[in-house]
Amino acid sequence: MLIVHCPVCGVEGDETDFHCGGQAHIARPATSDPANIADAAQRDYLFMRFNPKGLHFERWRCDRGCGKWFHAARDTVTQEFKAYYGITEMPPADVIKQATGQWAEFFKQATAGRPAARKTAVKKPVAKKTAARKTAPAKAKKS
Amino acid sequence: MKRYSIFSLARNALNYHKDWERAWRSPDPKQEYDVVIVGAGGHGLATAYYLAKNHGITNMAVIEKGWLGGGNTGRNTTIIRSNYLQDPSIAIYELARSLYETLSQELNYNMMFSPRGVLMLCQTEHELRAFRRTAHANRLAGLDCRMIDAAEVKRIVPIINDSPDARYPILGAYYQPRGGTGRHDALAWGYARAIDNMGVDVIQNCEVTGMLRSGGKITGVETRRGTIRAKKVAVVTSGHTSNIMEMAGVRMPVESVCLQALVSEPIKPVIDCVVMANTVHGYMSQSDKGELVIGGGADPYNNYSQRGSFPAIEHTVSALVETFPIISRLRMLRQWGGIVDMTGDRSPIIGLTDVAGLYVNCGWGTGGWKSIPGSGFVFADTIANDRPHPIAAPFGLNRFTEGRFIDESVSAAVAH
Repeated sequence: MLIVHCPVCGVEGDETDFHCGGQAHIARPATSDPANIADAAQRDYLFMRFNPKGLHFERWRCDRGCGKWFHAARDTVTQEFKAYYGITEMPPADVIKQATGQWAEFFKQATAGRPAARKTAVKKPVAKKTAARKTAPAKAKKS
Repeated sequence: MKRYSIFSLARNALNYHKDWERAWRSPDPKQEYDVVIVGAGGHGLATAYYLAKNHGITNMAVIEKGWLGGGNTGRNTTIIRSNYLQDPSIAIYELARSLYETLSQELNYNMMFSPRGVLMLCQTEHELRAFRRTAHANRLAGLDCRMIDAAEVKRIVPIINDSPDARYPILGAYYQPRGGTGRHDALAWGYARAIDNMGVDVIQNCEVTGMLRSGGKITGVETRRGTIRAKKVAVVTSGHTSNIMEMAGVRMPVESVCLQALVSEPIKPVIDCVVMANTVHGYMSQSDKGELVIGGGADPYNNYSQRGSFPAIEHTVSALVETFPIISRLRMLRQWGGIVDMTGDRSPIIGLTDVAGLYVNCGWGTGGWKSIPGSGFVFADTIANDRPHPIAAPFGLNRFTEGRFIDESVSAAVAH
Protein backbone atom coordinates (compact mmCIF):
# COMPACT_ATOMS: atom_id res chain seq x y z
CA MET A 1 0.00 0.00 0.00
CA LEU A 2 1.42 3.34 -1.04
CA ILE A 3 1.00 6.35 1.23
CA VAL A 4 0.90 9.44 -0.97
CA HIS A 5 1.27 13.12 -0.09
CA CYS A 6 -0.38 15.87 -2.09
CA PRO A 7 1.99 18.84 -2.41
CA VAL A 8 -0.88 21.13 -3.42
CA CYS A 9 -3.37 20.76 -0.54
CA GLY A 10 -1.07 18.92 1.83
CA VAL A 11 -3.29 15.88 2.55
CA GLU A 12 -1.90 12.41 3.07
CA GLY A 13 -3.77 9.33 1.90
CA ASP A 14 -3.32 5.82 0.60
CA GLU A 15 -3.08 4.94 -3.09
CA THR A 16 -6.85 4.57 -3.48
CA ASP A 17 -7.29 8.27 -2.64
CA PHE A 18 -5.01 9.17 -5.53
CA HIS A 19 -4.74 8.29 -9.19
CA CYS A 20 -1.48 7.53 -10.94
CA GLY A 21 -1.37 9.28 -14.32
CA GLY A 22 1.72 7.57 -15.68
CA GLN A 23 5.02 8.98 -16.84
CA ALA A 24 5.69 12.67 -16.20
CA HIS A 25 7.21 15.38 -18.38
CA ILE A 26 5.92 14.15 -21.76
CA ALA A 27 5.75 17.02 -24.21
CA ARG A 28 3.14 16.79 -26.95
CA PRO A 29 5.04 17.34 -30.19
CA ALA A 30 2.05 18.73 -32.07
CA THR A 31 1.81 21.67 -29.66
CA SER A 32 4.84 23.45 -31.04
CA ASP A 33 4.75 22.28 -34.65
CA PRO A 34 1.47 20.62 -35.58
CA ALA A 35 2.06 20.44 -39.32
CA ASN A 36 5.42 18.78 -39.19
CA ILE A 37 5.23 15.79 -36.88
CA ALA A 38 7.07 12.65 -37.93
CA ASP A 39 5.31 9.31 -37.34
CA ALA A 40 8.12 8.30 -34.99
CA ALA A 41 7.67 11.45 -32.89
CA GLN A 42 3.95 10.83 -32.58
CA ARG A 43 4.64 7.19 -31.66
CA ASP A 44 7.08 8.28 -28.95
CA TYR A 45 4.51 10.70 -27.58
CA LEU A 46 1.70 8.16 -27.50
CA PHE A 47 3.39 4.86 -26.67
CA MET A 48 7.11 4.97 -25.88
CA ARG A 49 7.50 5.15 -22.13
CA PHE A 50 10.41 5.28 -19.75
CA ASN A 51 10.04 2.10 -17.75
CA PRO A 52 12.92 2.21 -15.27
CA LYS A 53 13.59 -0.35 -12.59
CA GLY A 54 14.36 2.24 -9.93
CA LEU A 55 13.69 5.97 -9.77
CA HIS A 56 10.70 7.01 -11.89
CA PHE A 57 8.94 10.36 -12.37
CA GLU A 58 5.15 10.29 -12.56
CA ARG A 59 2.00 12.38 -12.59
CA TRP A 60 -0.47 11.76 -9.80
CA ARG A 61 -3.87 13.28 -9.08
CA CYS A 62 -5.26 14.07 -5.63
CA ASP A 63 -8.57 12.33 -6.43
CA ARG A 64 -10.35 12.60 -3.10
CA GLY A 65 -8.65 15.78 -1.93
CA CYS A 66 -8.15 18.93 -3.93
CA GLY A 67 -8.45 17.19 -7.30
CA LYS A 68 -5.24 18.74 -8.59
CA TRP A 69 -2.55 17.00 -10.62
CA PHE A 70 1.01 17.01 -9.31
CA HIS A 71 4.32 15.29 -9.92
CA ALA A 72 6.06 12.65 -7.83
CA ALA A 73 9.41 10.88 -7.95
CA ARG A 74 9.04 7.26 -6.88
CA ASP A 75 11.27 4.21 -6.83
CA THR A 76 9.54 1.36 -8.70
CA VAL A 77 11.37 -1.32 -6.70
CA THR A 78 11.32 -0.02 -3.10
CA GLN A 79 8.10 2.03 -3.70
CA GLU A 80 9.65 4.95 -1.80
CA PHE A 81 8.49 8.43 -2.80
CA LYS A 82 11.59 10.63 -3.11
CA ALA A 83 9.84 13.93 -3.81
CA TYR A 84 6.54 15.62 -4.63
CA TYR A 85 6.55 18.72 -6.79
CA GLY A 86 4.16 20.94 -8.71
CA ILE A 87 2.68 19.99 -12.07
CA THR A 88 4.55 22.79 -13.87
CA GLU A 89 7.84 22.14 -12.11
CA MET A 90 10.96 20.08 -12.62
CA PRO A 91 12.04 17.82 -9.73
CA PRO A 92 14.33 19.12 -6.97
CA ALA A 93 17.97 19.18 -8.06
CA ASP A 94 19.07 16.50 -5.57
CA VAL A 95 16.46 14.06 -6.92
CA ILE A 96 17.42 14.79 -10.53
CA LYS A 97 20.95 13.75 -9.58
CA GLN A 98 19.69 10.30 -8.56
CA ALA A 99 18.01 9.68 -11.93
CA THR A 100 19.55 6.98 -14.12
CA GLY A 101 19.34 5.78 -17.72
CA GLN A 102 16.76 7.48 -19.90
CA TRP A 103 15.66 9.83 -17.13
CA ALA A 104 19.23 11.07 -16.53
CA GLU A 105 19.53 11.82 -20.26
CA PHE A 106 16.14 13.49 -20.30
CA PHE A 107 16.94 15.85 -17.41
CA LYS A 108 20.32 16.72 -18.90
CA GLN A 109 18.54 18.00 -22.00
CA ALA A 110 15.49 19.43 -20.26
CA THR A 111 17.37 21.49 -17.71
CA ALA A 112 19.96 22.70 -20.26
CA GLY A 113 17.56 24.28 -22.73
CA ARG A 114 14.98 25.61 -20.30
CA PRO A 115 14.28 29.37 -20.23
CA ALA A 116 14.84 30.57 -16.67
CA ALA A 117 12.36 33.48 -16.67
CA ARG A 118 9.20 31.44 -17.28
CA LYS A 119 10.15 28.92 -14.66
CA THR A 120 10.19 31.32 -11.73
CA ALA A 121 7.09 33.19 -12.88
CA VAL A 122 4.88 30.09 -13.03
CA LYS A 123 6.40 28.31 -10.10
CA LYS A 124 6.33 30.68 -7.20
CA PRO A 125 3.09 30.00 -5.32
CA VAL A 126 3.42 26.19 -5.57
CA ALA A 127 7.15 26.15 -4.96
CA LYS A 128 6.68 27.46 -1.44
CA LYS A 129 4.68 24.42 -0.42
CA THR A 130 7.02 21.89 -1.98
CA ALA A 131 9.99 23.55 -0.30
CA ALA A 132 8.37 23.02 3.08
CA ARG A 133 7.57 19.42 2.17
CA LYS A 134 11.12 18.77 1.03
CA THR A 135 12.55 19.04 4.52
CA ALA A 136 10.50 16.06 5.66
CA PRO A 137 9.74 13.89 2.64
CA ALA A 138 7.00 11.38 3.23
CA LYS A 139 8.13 7.81 2.88
CA ALA A 140 6.01 5.21 1.15
CA LYS A 141 4.92 2.63 3.62
CA LYS A 142 4.48 -1.01 2.90
CA SER A 143 2.02 -3.04 4.76
CA MET B 1 16.37 -39.12 -21.87
CA LYS B 2 14.37 -41.92 -20.33
CA ARG B 3 10.72 -41.75 -21.29
CA TYR B 4 8.20 -41.29 -18.52
CA SER B 5 5.50 -43.96 -18.54
CA ILE B 6 3.43 -46.11 -16.24
CA PHE B 7 6.22 -48.71 -16.41
CA SER B 8 8.99 -46.28 -15.48
CA LEU B 9 6.82 -45.06 -12.62
CA ALA B 10 6.28 -48.63 -11.37
CA ARG B 11 9.96 -49.51 -11.75
CA ASN B 12 11.07 -46.44 -9.81
CA ALA B 13 8.42 -46.98 -7.17
CA LEU B 14 10.00 -50.36 -6.41
CA ASN B 15 13.28 -48.47 -5.90
CA TYR B 16 11.74 -45.91 -3.57
CA HIS B 17 12.15 -43.29 -6.35
CA LYS B 18 15.89 -43.04 -5.76
CA ASP B 19 17.00 -43.61 -9.35
CA TRP B 20 15.14 -40.97 -11.37
CA GLU B 21 17.58 -39.21 -13.68
CA ARG B 22 17.75 -35.43 -13.61
CA ALA B 23 15.20 -33.91 -15.98
CA TRP B 24 17.78 -31.51 -17.47
CA ARG B 25 21.51 -30.82 -17.18
CA SER B 26 22.99 -27.73 -15.58
CA PRO B 27 25.74 -26.88 -18.08
CA ASP B 28 28.30 -24.07 -18.01
CA PRO B 29 27.82 -21.54 -20.80
CA LYS B 30 29.87 -22.09 -23.93
CA GLN B 31 31.83 -19.24 -25.55
CA GLU B 32 29.54 -19.02 -28.54
CA TYR B 33 26.12 -20.13 -29.75
CA ASP B 34 24.10 -19.72 -32.91
CA VAL B 35 21.15 -18.44 -30.91
CA VAL B 36 20.96 -17.14 -27.35
CA ILE B 37 17.52 -16.77 -25.81
CA VAL B 38 17.34 -14.42 -22.84
CA GLY B 39 14.72 -15.58 -20.37
CA ALA B 40 13.82 -19.17 -19.45
CA GLY B 41 10.16 -18.61 -18.83
CA GLY B 42 7.47 -20.39 -20.79
CA HIS B 43 7.82 -18.21 -23.88
CA GLY B 44 11.63 -18.48 -23.97
CA LEU B 45 11.63 -22.25 -23.47
CA ALA B 46 8.86 -22.74 -26.04
CA THR B 47 10.81 -20.64 -28.54
CA ALA B 48 13.88 -22.81 -27.97
CA TYR B 49 11.80 -25.97 -28.30
CA TYR B 50 10.29 -25.04 -31.66
CA LEU B 51 13.64 -23.70 -32.94
CA ALA B 52 15.19 -27.08 -32.17
CA LYS B 53 12.26 -29.20 -33.29
CA ASN B 54 11.00 -27.35 -36.37
CA HIS B 55 14.15 -25.59 -37.55
CA GLY B 56 16.97 -27.91 -36.45
CA ILE B 57 18.82 -25.24 -34.45
CA THR B 58 20.35 -26.88 -31.38
CA ASN B 59 23.57 -24.90 -30.85
CA MET B 60 21.55 -22.68 -28.58
CA ALA B 61 21.39 -21.51 -24.99
CA VAL B 62 18.45 -20.30 -22.93
CA ILE B 63 19.86 -18.09 -20.18
CA GLU B 64 17.93 -17.10 -17.11
CA LYS B 65 18.61 -14.67 -14.26
CA GLY B 66 16.83 -16.77 -11.62
CA TRP B 67 15.44 -20.26 -11.98
CA LEU B 68 13.49 -21.46 -14.98
CA GLY B 69 9.80 -20.72 -14.88
CA GLY B 70 10.28 -18.56 -11.75
CA GLY B 71 8.83 -15.39 -13.21
CA ASN B 72 5.38 -14.97 -14.63
CA THR B 73 5.27 -18.59 -15.83
CA GLY B 74 4.97 -19.62 -12.20
CA ARG B 75 2.82 -16.65 -11.17
CA ASN B 76 -0.26 -16.77 -13.37
CA THR B 77 -3.71 -18.28 -12.86
CA THR B 78 -3.17 -20.92 -15.61
CA ILE B 79 -6.22 -20.01 -17.70
CA ILE B 80 -6.19 -20.97 -21.36
CA ARG B 81 -8.65 -19.48 -23.86
CA SER B 82 -8.57 -17.94 -27.32
CA ASN B 83 -11.81 -15.97 -27.68
CA TYR B 84 -10.29 -12.59 -28.47
CA LEU B 85 -11.91 -9.98 -30.68
CA GLN B 86 -9.42 -9.17 -33.44
CA ASP B 87 -8.43 -11.64 -36.18
CA PRO B 88 -4.64 -11.51 -35.54
CA SER B 89 -5.22 -12.21 -31.85
CA ILE B 90 -7.63 -15.05 -32.53
CA ALA B 91 -5.06 -16.63 -34.86
CA ILE B 92 -2.21 -16.64 -32.37
CA TYR B 93 -4.19 -17.49 -29.23
CA GLU B 94 -6.06 -20.27 -31.00
CA LEU B 95 -2.79 -21.68 -32.33
CA ALA B 96 -1.55 -21.75 -28.74
CA ARG B 97 -4.72 -23.32 -27.38
CA SER B 98 -4.70 -26.03 -30.05
CA LEU B 99 -1.02 -26.81 -29.37
CA TYR B 100 -1.83 -27.15 -25.66
CA GLU B 101 -4.20 -30.02 -26.49
CA THR B 102 -1.42 -32.41 -27.50
CA LEU B 103 1.51 -30.95 -25.59
CA SER B 104 1.58 -33.53 -22.80
CA GLN B 105 1.98 -36.36 -25.30
CA GLU B 106 4.43 -34.42 -27.43
CA LEU B 107 6.70 -33.50 -24.51
CA ASN B 108 6.17 -36.78 -22.63
CA TYR B 109 5.42 -34.59 -19.64
CA ASN B 110 2.01 -34.26 -18.08
CA MET B 111 1.16 -30.57 -18.11
CA MET B 112 -2.37 -31.38 -17.01
CA PHE B 113 -4.20 -29.47 -19.72
CA SER B 114 -7.80 -29.49 -18.60
CA PRO B 115 -10.28 -28.12 -21.17
CA ARG B 116 -12.92 -27.53 -18.51
CA GLY B 117 -14.53 -24.57 -20.22
CA VAL B 118 -14.22 -20.83 -19.73
CA LEU B 119 -17.26 -18.69 -18.96
CA MET B 120 -17.09 -14.93 -19.35
CA LEU B 121 -20.05 -13.50 -17.49
CA CYS B 122 -22.24 -10.79 -18.90
CA GLN B 123 -23.41 -8.65 -15.99
CA THR B 124 -24.58 -5.52 -17.76
CA GLU B 125 -26.53 -4.95 -20.97
CA HIS B 126 -23.45 -3.32 -22.41
CA GLU B 127 -21.26 -6.30 -21.64
CA LEU B 128 -23.84 -8.65 -23.13
CA ARG B 129 -23.76 -6.69 -26.38
CA ALA B 130 -19.96 -6.49 -26.41
CA PHE B 131 -19.62 -10.25 -25.96
CA ARG B 132 -22.22 -10.91 -28.67
CA ARG B 133 -19.99 -8.93 -30.98
CA THR B 134 -16.96 -10.99 -29.92
CA ALA B 135 -19.02 -14.16 -30.41
CA HIS B 136 -19.82 -13.19 -34.00
CA ALA B 137 -16.17 -12.36 -34.69
CA ASN B 138 -15.07 -15.67 -33.19
CA ARG B 139 -17.65 -17.67 -35.11
CA LEU B 140 -16.43 -16.10 -38.37
CA ALA B 141 -12.91 -17.19 -37.40
CA GLY B 142 -14.15 -20.73 -36.78
CA LEU B 143 -13.81 -20.85 -32.99
CA ASP B 144 -15.97 -23.21 -31.00
CA CYS B 145 -17.63 -20.63 -28.73
CA ARG B 146 -21.18 -19.61 -28.00
CA MET B 147 -23.37 -17.28 -25.97
CA ILE B 148 -25.36 -18.98 -23.23
CA ASP B 149 -28.24 -17.69 -21.14
CA ALA B 150 -28.44 -17.18 -17.38
CA ALA B 151 -30.18 -20.53 -16.78
CA GLU B 152 -27.38 -22.43 -18.48
CA VAL B 153 -24.78 -20.43 -16.53
CA LYS B 154 -26.49 -21.56 -13.33
CA ARG B 155 -26.51 -25.16 -14.57
CA ILE B 156 -22.76 -25.10 -15.35
CA VAL B 157 -21.82 -23.12 -12.21
CA PRO B 158 -24.34 -23.97 -9.47
CA ILE B 159 -22.56 -21.83 -6.84
CA ILE B 160 -23.07 -18.62 -8.78
CA ASN B 161 -25.30 -15.89 -7.38
CA ASP B 162 -28.11 -15.73 -9.94
CA SER B 163 -30.34 -13.40 -7.97
CA PRO B 164 -31.94 -10.79 -10.24
CA ASP B 165 -31.52 -8.33 -7.36
CA ALA B 166 -27.73 -8.57 -7.41
CA ARG B 167 -25.89 -5.32 -8.03
CA TYR B 168 -24.64 -6.89 -11.27
CA PRO B 169 -27.11 -9.69 -12.17
CA ILE B 170 -26.05 -12.56 -14.42
CA LEU B 171 -27.59 -11.90 -17.83
CA GLY B 172 -25.74 -14.65 -19.66
CA ALA B 173 -22.20 -15.62 -20.51
CA TYR B 174 -19.82 -16.07 -23.36
CA TYR B 175 -18.68 -19.69 -23.24
CA GLN B 176 -15.59 -21.34 -24.72
CA PRO B 177 -15.94 -25.03 -23.83
CA ARG B 178 -12.47 -25.88 -25.16
CA GLY B 179 -10.75 -23.34 -22.94
CA GLY B 180 -9.55 -24.36 -19.51
CA THR B 181 -6.47 -24.56 -17.35
CA GLY B 182 -3.06 -26.24 -17.31
CA ARG B 183 -0.23 -26.81 -14.89
CA HIS B 184 2.14 -23.84 -15.28
CA ASP B 185 5.32 -25.30 -13.76
CA ALA B 186 4.90 -28.54 -15.70
CA LEU B 187 4.88 -26.61 -18.96
CA ALA B 188 8.24 -24.97 -18.15
CA TRP B 189 9.69 -28.24 -16.90
CA GLY B 190 8.38 -30.22 -19.87
CA TYR B 191 9.85 -27.80 -22.41
CA ALA B 192 13.15 -27.60 -20.50
CA ARG B 193 13.46 -31.39 -20.41
CA ALA B 194 12.63 -31.67 -24.10
CA ILE B 195 15.13 -29.03 -25.28
CA ASP B 196 17.84 -30.34 -22.97
CA ASN B 197 17.35 -33.72 -24.60
CA MET B 198 17.90 -32.11 -28.01
CA GLY B 199 21.21 -30.62 -26.85
CA VAL B 200 20.12 -27.09 -25.98
CA ASP B 201 21.81 -25.58 -22.90
CA VAL B 202 19.47 -24.25 -20.22
CA ILE B 203 21.63 -21.97 -18.06
CA GLN B 204 20.08 -20.73 -14.84
CA ASN B 205 21.42 -18.13 -12.39
CA CYS B 206 23.01 -16.28 -15.28
CA GLU B 207 21.86 -12.66 -15.37
CA VAL B 208 22.38 -10.63 -18.53
CA THR B 209 24.29 -7.44 -17.72
CA GLY B 210 24.89 -6.08 -21.21
CA MET B 211 24.35 -6.54 -24.92
CA LEU B 212 27.27 -6.69 -27.36
CA ARG B 213 26.74 -4.72 -30.54
CA SER B 214 28.98 -4.15 -33.45
CA GLY B 215 27.51 -1.38 -35.56
CA GLY B 216 23.91 -2.22 -36.27
CA LYS B 217 24.34 -5.90 -35.47
CA ILE B 218 24.11 -7.90 -32.27
CA THR B 219 27.14 -10.06 -31.47
CA GLY B 220 26.39 -11.51 -28.06
CA VAL B 221 25.52 -10.86 -24.45
CA GLU B 222 27.48 -10.03 -21.30
CA THR B 223 26.36 -12.13 -18.35
CA ARG B 224 27.33 -12.67 -14.74
CA ARG B 225 29.02 -15.86 -15.94
CA GLY B 226 31.08 -14.24 -18.68
CA THR B 227 30.65 -13.14 -22.25
CA ILE B 228 28.57 -15.31 -24.57
CA ARG B 229 28.85 -14.59 -28.26
CA ALA B 230 25.87 -15.30 -30.48
CA LYS B 231 24.76 -14.82 -34.07
CA LYS B 232 21.22 -14.15 -32.95
CA VAL B 233 19.82 -12.99 -29.61
CA ALA B 234 16.15 -13.28 -28.71
CA VAL B 235 14.82 -11.32 -25.74
CA VAL B 236 11.84 -12.92 -24.02
CA THR B 237 11.91 -11.30 -20.60
CA SER B 238 8.36 -10.06 -20.06
CA GLY B 239 8.31 -7.35 -17.36
CA HIS B 240 12.05 -6.70 -17.66
CA THR B 241 12.09 -6.31 -21.45
CA SER B 242 12.52 -2.52 -21.28
CA ASN B 243 15.65 -2.91 -19.17
CA ILE B 244 17.24 -5.61 -21.33
CA MET B 245 16.42 -3.85 -24.59
CA GLU B 246 17.80 -0.57 -23.26
CA MET B 247 21.16 -2.36 -22.98
CA ALA B 248 20.98 -2.84 -26.75
CA GLY B 249 19.83 0.74 -27.27
CA VAL B 250 16.27 -0.13 -28.25
CA ARG B 251 13.34 1.65 -26.61
CA MET B 252 10.16 -0.34 -26.06
CA PRO B 253 6.54 0.88 -25.91
CA VAL B 254 5.81 -1.07 -22.73
CA GLU B 255 5.30 -0.33 -19.06
CA SER B 256 5.78 -2.83 -16.24
CA VAL B 257 3.06 -3.24 -13.65
CA CYS B 258 2.31 -5.79 -10.98
CA LEU B 259 -0.49 -8.31 -11.51
CA GLN B 260 -1.53 -10.26 -8.43
CA ALA B 261 -3.19 -13.59 -7.87
CA LEU B 262 -4.15 -15.53 -4.78
CA VAL B 263 -5.43 -18.92 -3.70
CA SER B 264 -7.83 -19.94 -0.95
CA GLU B 265 -7.50 -22.81 1.45
CA PRO B 266 -8.31 -26.13 -0.28
CA ILE B 267 -11.95 -27.17 -0.28
CA LYS B 268 -13.99 -29.93 -1.91
CA PRO B 269 -14.82 -29.45 -5.60
CA VAL B 270 -17.30 -26.60 -6.05
CA ILE B 271 -16.53 -25.25 -9.49
CA ASP B 272 -15.40 -27.30 -12.49
CA CYS B 273 -14.83 -24.52 -15.01
CA VAL B 274 -13.23 -21.09 -15.17
CA VAL B 275 -15.50 -18.12 -14.47
CA MET B 276 -14.49 -14.60 -15.39
CA ALA B 277 -16.47 -11.62 -14.17
CA ASN B 278 -15.09 -8.73 -16.14
CA THR B 279 -17.47 -6.03 -14.97
CA VAL B 280 -16.70 -6.57 -11.30
CA HIS B 281 -13.02 -7.41 -11.92
CA GLY B 282 -12.37 -10.93 -10.78
CA TYR B 283 -12.00 -14.45 -12.05
CA MET B 284 -11.87 -17.82 -10.38
CA SER B 285 -11.25 -21.50 -10.98
CA GLN B 286 -10.44 -24.44 -8.74
CA SER B 287 -7.12 -26.26 -8.83
CA ASP B 288 -6.83 -30.03 -8.58
CA LYS B 289 -5.64 -29.54 -5.01
CA GLY B 290 -8.96 -27.87 -4.23
CA GLU B 291 -7.70 -24.33 -3.82
CA LEU B 292 -9.74 -21.60 -5.47
CA VAL B 293 -7.38 -19.73 -7.79
CA ILE B 294 -8.33 -16.07 -7.94
CA GLY B 295 -7.14 -13.21 -10.05
CA GLY B 296 -8.18 -9.66 -10.79
CA GLY B 297 -6.95 -6.36 -12.13
CA ALA B 298 -3.38 -5.11 -12.16
CA ASP B 299 -2.05 -2.50 -9.75
CA PRO B 300 -2.39 0.89 -11.42
CA TYR B 301 1.22 2.12 -11.36
CA ASN B 302 4.65 1.01 -12.55
CA ASN B 303 6.10 -1.61 -10.26
CA TYR B 304 9.00 -4.06 -10.28
CA SER B 305 8.60 -5.43 -6.76
CA GLN B 306 6.59 -8.66 -7.48
CA ARG B 307 4.37 -7.99 -4.47
CA GLY B 308 1.55 -5.62 -5.25
CA SER B 309 -0.72 -3.91 -2.80
CA PHE B 310 -3.85 -4.72 -0.82
CA PRO B 311 -6.48 -2.53 -2.53
CA ALA B 312 -6.24 -4.68 -5.68
CA ILE B 313 -6.79 -7.87 -3.65
CA GLU B 314 -9.65 -6.35 -1.68
CA HIS B 315 -11.30 -5.19 -4.89
CA THR B 316 -10.99 -8.63 -6.51
CA VAL B 317 -12.16 -10.60 -3.49
CA SER B 318 -15.14 -8.36 -2.80
CA ALA B 319 -16.23 -8.75 -6.43
CA LEU B 320 -16.02 -12.52 -6.22
CA VAL B 321 -17.85 -12.71 -2.90
CA GLU B 322 -20.70 -10.87 -4.59
CA THR B 323 -20.61 -13.32 -7.51
CA PHE B 324 -20.08 -16.45 -5.38
CA PRO B 325 -21.53 -15.84 -1.89
CA ILE B 326 -20.43 -19.36 -0.87
CA ILE B 327 -16.78 -18.26 -0.65
CA SER B 328 -17.36 -15.42 1.80
CA ARG B 329 -15.89 -17.23 4.79
CA LEU B 330 -12.97 -18.91 3.02
CA ARG B 331 -9.48 -17.99 4.13
CA MET B 332 -6.93 -16.94 1.56
CA LEU B 333 -3.71 -18.93 1.78
CA ARG B 334 -1.17 -17.38 -0.54
CA GLN B 335 -0.84 -14.26 -2.61
CA TRP B 336 1.82 -13.29 -5.13
CA GLY B 337 2.57 -10.78 -7.86
CA GLY B 338 4.16 -10.96 -11.28
CA ILE B 339 5.65 -8.09 -13.26
CA VAL B 340 3.82 -7.86 -16.57
CA ASP B 341 4.69 -5.68 -19.54
CA MET B 342 1.73 -3.71 -20.82
CA THR B 343 1.52 -2.27 -24.32
CA GLY B 344 -0.76 0.55 -25.42
CA ASP B 345 -3.14 -1.74 -27.32
CA ARG B 346 -2.89 -4.71 -24.91
CA SER B 347 -1.46 -6.91 -27.67
CA PRO B 348 2.01 -8.45 -27.69
CA ILE B 349 5.10 -7.43 -29.63
CA ILE B 350 6.73 -10.23 -31.62
CA GLY B 351 9.40 -9.80 -34.21
CA LEU B 352 12.52 -8.15 -35.48
CA THR B 353 14.11 -4.94 -34.19
CA ASP B 354 16.24 -2.21 -35.80
CA VAL B 355 19.31 -4.11 -34.57
CA ALA B 356 20.18 -6.99 -36.94
CA GLY B 357 20.11 -10.35 -35.18
CA LEU B 358 18.12 -9.03 -32.21
CA TYR B 359 14.57 -10.32 -31.81
CA VAL B 360 11.98 -9.50 -29.21
CA ASN B 361 8.87 -11.20 -27.91
CA CYS B 362 7.15 -9.27 -25.14
CA GLY B 363 4.13 -7.18 -24.27
CA TRP B 364 1.88 -10.12 -23.43
CA GLY B 365 0.77 -8.05 -20.48
CA THR B 366 -1.62 -9.95 -18.30
CA GLY B 367 -2.26 -12.72 -20.86
CA GLY B 368 1.05 -14.46 -21.43
CA TRP B 369 0.43 -17.93 -20.06
CA LYS B 370 -2.34 -18.98 -22.44
CA SER B 371 -0.26 -18.07 -25.47
CA ILE B 372 3.02 -19.80 -24.64
CA PRO B 373 3.07 -22.61 -27.26
CA GLY B 374 1.73 -20.41 -30.06
CA SER B 375 4.06 -17.57 -29.20
CA GLY B 376 7.07 -19.91 -29.16
CA PHE B 377 5.99 -21.52 -32.42
CA VAL B 378 5.75 -18.31 -34.45
CA PHE B 379 8.70 -16.61 -32.72
CA ALA B 380 10.98 -19.59 -33.48
CA ASP B 381 9.99 -19.37 -37.14
CA THR B 382 10.62 -15.61 -37.08
CA ILE B 383 14.13 -16.09 -35.64
CA ALA B 384 15.07 -19.00 -37.92
CA ASN B 385 14.03 -17.24 -41.13
CA ASP B 386 14.81 -13.66 -40.09
CA ARG B 387 11.35 -12.47 -41.14
CA PRO B 388 8.05 -12.42 -39.25
CA HIS B 389 5.95 -15.58 -39.33
CA PRO B 390 2.61 -14.75 -41.03
CA ILE B 391 0.75 -15.06 -37.71
CA ALA B 392 3.38 -12.91 -35.94
CA ALA B 393 3.56 -10.26 -38.68
CA PRO B 394 0.71 -8.03 -37.40
CA PHE B 395 2.39 -7.93 -33.95
CA GLY B 396 5.60 -6.23 -35.14
CA LEU B 397 7.17 -3.33 -33.29
CA ASN B 398 6.48 -1.12 -36.33
CA ARG B 399 2.72 -1.14 -35.72
CA PHE B 400 3.15 1.65 -33.18
CA THR B 401 4.72 3.91 -35.81
CA GLU B 402 2.23 2.94 -38.50
CA GLY B 403 -0.83 3.25 -36.29
CA ARG B 404 -1.87 -0.33 -37.07
CA PHE B 405 -3.01 -1.34 -33.61
CA ILE B 406 -4.56 -4.61 -32.52
CA ASP B 407 -6.83 -3.21 -29.88
CA GLU B 408 -7.67 -5.88 -27.34
CA SER B 409 -8.24 -3.67 -24.34
CA VAL B 410 -11.93 -4.59 -24.40
CA SER B 411 -11.81 -8.34 -24.96
CA ALA B 412 -8.76 -8.63 -22.74
CA ALA B 413 -10.69 -6.85 -20.02
CA VAL B 414 -9.71 -7.94 -16.55
CA ALA B 415 -9.42 -11.57 -17.46
CA HIS B 416 -6.66 -11.32 -19.98
